[in-house]
Amino acid sequence: MGYAYQLRPDDIRDLALGAAVLGTGGGGDPYIGMLMALQALERGKKIEVVSLDHAGDNDLVIPVAGMGTPTVMIEKIPNGREALYALKLLESHYGKQVDYITPIEEGGINSTIPLVVAAERDKPVLDGDGMGRAFPELQMVTFHLVGVKATPMAMADEKGNAVLLDTVDNYWAEKIARVVTVRMGGTAWIAIYPMTGRKYKEGAVNRSITYAIEIGRTLRDAKKMGANPIDALLDITRGYLLFEGKIVDVARYNIGGFARGEARLEGLDSFRGKSMIVKFQNENLVALVNGEVVASVPDLIVILDKETVRPITTERLRYGLRVIVVGIPCDPKWRTPKGLETVGPRYFGYDIDYVPIEEKAGRKVM
Amino acid sequence: MKYRVGIDVGSTHTDAVIIDENANLVSATKTQTTPDVTTGIIEALRKVLEKSNVPRDSIAAVMFGTTHVLNAIVQRKGLGKVGVIRIGLPATLAIEPMLDWPSDLREAVNGGVAMVRGGHEYTGEEIDKLDEESLRKAVKNLAEKGVEALAISSVFSIVNPEHEEKAREIAQEVSPGIPVVLSYEIATIGLLERENATILNAATIPVMKRVISSLRKAMDNLGLEHAEIYFAQNDGTIASREFVEKFPIFTVIAPISNSIRGAYVLTGIPNAIVVDTGGTTSNIGALVNGYPREALEIELAGVRTNIRAPDIIAVGLAGGSIVKVSNGDIEVGPISVGYRLIEEGVAWGGNTLTATDIALAKGAMTIEDPRCKPERVRQRVPAELIEKVYNYMVAKLEENIDRIKTKPDPETVILVGGGSAMWPKKLRGAKEVIRPEAAQYANAVGAATALIGATVEKAFSYDSTKREQAISITRAEAEKKAVEAGADPSTLQVAEVEEVAMPYLPGNAVKIRVKVIGKLKLR
Repeated sequence: MGYAYQLRPDDIRDLALGAAVLGTGGGGDPYIGMLMALQALERGKKIEVVSLDHAGDNDLVIPVAGMGTPTVMIEKIPNGREALYALKLLESHYGKQVDYITPIEEGGINSTIPLVVAAERDKPVLDGDGMGRAFPELQMVTFHLVGVKATPMAMADEKGNAVLLDTVDNYWAEKIARVVTVRMGGTAWIAIYPMTGRKYKEGAVNRSITYAIEIGRTLRDAKKMGANPIDALLDITRGYLLFEGKIVDVARYNIGGFARGEARLEGLDSFRGKSMIVKFQNENLVALVNGEVVASVPDLIVILDKETVRPITTERLRYGLRVIVVGIPCDPKWRTPKGLETVGPRYFGYDIDYVPIEEKAGRKVM
Repeated sequence: MKYRVGIDVGSTHTDAVIIDENANLVSATKTQTTPDVTTGIIEALRKVLEKSNVPRDSIAAVMFGTTHVLNAIVQRKGLGKVGVIRIGLPATLAIEPMLDWPSDLREAVNGGVAMVRGGHEYTGEEIDKLDEESLRKAVKNLAEKGVEALAISSVFSIVNPEHEEKAREIAQEVSPGIPVVLSYEIATIGLLERENATILNAATIPVMKRVISSLRKAMDNLGLEHAEIYFAQNDGTIASREFVEKFPIFTVIAPISNSIRGAYVLTGIPNAIVVDTGGTTSNIGALVNGYPREALEIELAGVRTNIRAPDIIAVGLAGGSIVKVSNGDIEVGPISVGYRLIEEGVAWGGNTLTATDIALAKGAMTIEDPRCKPERVRQRVPAELIEKVYNYMVAKLEENIDRIKTKPDPETVILVGGGSAMWPKKLRGAKEVIRPEAAQYANAVGAATALIGATVEKAFSYDSTKREQAISITRAEAEKKAVEAGADPSTLQVAEVEEVAMPYLPGNAVKIRVKVIGKLKLR
């Protein structure tokens, strides 16, 4: 069933909160991206989200995103046109105009960037993405699973510099793009994984923008009406309450440019006497209760502040926080052999077999 | 002998103390905080002078820890119109200044916005050349609109402040005499938060000027013409009135730091958890090497900022907190009877059960007041419920003490503030619990004994600047600022050097923060 709707300011605030949940501890603070989208609306621009069936098989669909350092992003606020320069370069390469914009990652800041680009270009946004969550590397997208190449990809900065990359595979695209990003001042804006409407419909995680908005709205409404926001969250995400407790230790190691580490939790209330370990690398990747794995990538592990019921990013984890840990099933596309090869626990260096969270949670009563 | 007066404005009471050169407490009083703040301050000052026998001409200085600036922002009252200039185009255009502000506050403050080309990368290279022509036009235009101050922010000015400095020069050429606030002097990395703080600083300059002039007049009337005025700052230090007139935002939540600092002065313990319990709120903070531990960001009246401010957990659980029990569910606070405790509290014959009543009935504290009779509480509330409510209150405090910690080890807990007597002598997670004599005057003592201080934060790349050089540049800037704030140059010392690596940036990017303190240079 096809649908199309325009985003209102409240939708954007909800989306930012939902995207922080789907960010599973990483993906960057959606705050800046949220303000960019709100500013676009304030300037009278329109943001239209449409269902996947709008895209014709031969339409040109281009995901856009930001990459680089969060520390730079909060200081050198974007101009808002960077991704347009990248888009333009890619369009001139193809000799045709983009038909639909879409997010690559529906978690953290990259969930809102495409909205701003779509508003500027007056193009609709397809209601899907390439992850259904956040991941740290360019090839970790469901488009990769159906054979779409990251390149030709274009990168641009706020000054108007733009480069076109054509690489032998998606891993090289990641490596070279990182270097260009540094030269562009620490952040860059990319148009990547250009594809046909047909490939997009085959490869995308469906309905992810709407999903993020629904998550944010559910949390907001529950709080407003005095209902239990966690129950509401579990309901809408078909998620599982994995743990409730206090963070008693956070160990961090900076390996290979990624913020790795683990948080140790002590149980409270119905989890009293139990302990949890959450291992993270930018995102939360593996959760263990009393030494046994209860959830792992690609399923989503979300740590929320018990008091505010807002998701906590991995860099903000610290001793003393009272938290609730929730597990959410990932998109089924990630559960294929190629999906697990790309983003399963072994890719991140954990020697465990992936078991879908529904099976784990169904098997034993905690 | 020379003396100092310290005055601290709390939400319920305004306290005043006199201390001598050796930091001995000579005299102390409490009065009610008034809605305009100033009347209560003058009353406290008058009372403490009358109560002591200290000759007025031996009072060298008066230190104020006040909420004037915060109140002006919260109530949107008396704020000046600010001309906002952002240097950073072609970057930053996607989010205009003050976008996320509450609209009434934005209206009260916004005197016009201009965005011009310029700013720097994290490496210190220019994003673009500073567009001096547009800047000149912008200043002229804003001045014609009648703005009372300019707030200027440039991208990565904490790495390279050149464009902000140049902009000030130009502003002063075009519109001589207009106060100009530069963002790199106010806060740290995070353009929007720093810009917000810079704008709020500019908007409260007129507020601070009025406060200073009315306090000066009041002091002159009380025979303190010769005494210098100082203001407590958010970081637990004080600064001269000339300094805070330029940087009023540094005083915005000073009273909270005063109590943490005062806990240190009264106990001599440099590292501890401090619980400041007043009538409505308990503020829980951490004392690290004699100063409050600082938070990364603070929201002021709905505006995100990143000024230096103490890391605080505020809990609505204090002396006047109202106790409610229904179906076995216990609720204490956040609503409080405030200063009406001695009329409404059950122990005083009133009808509202408060946290203080429970502590009195439990026998955890006594109050020297013939009108206060704990048995009134015991007659109305069953002993086991008293026990249960008290345990609930203590457990809530203990949980929040744990939340402010950075590690699980037991720590010293120092209890201060007018409502602090209600807490037990032992707390979970505490190595020891200390409630110093004069605990209820800790904040005024903190203000009276504070040293002059200044903190400067800058960002560097260790690939282009050597570590020693980076620290010494930052230190020199902090020293210059401390002298400007009123410190005797021969007494300057470094209180703190902090180095934070900035993640994911090449070139060994770091943030260095240096806090310099010194003794007052009394004229």
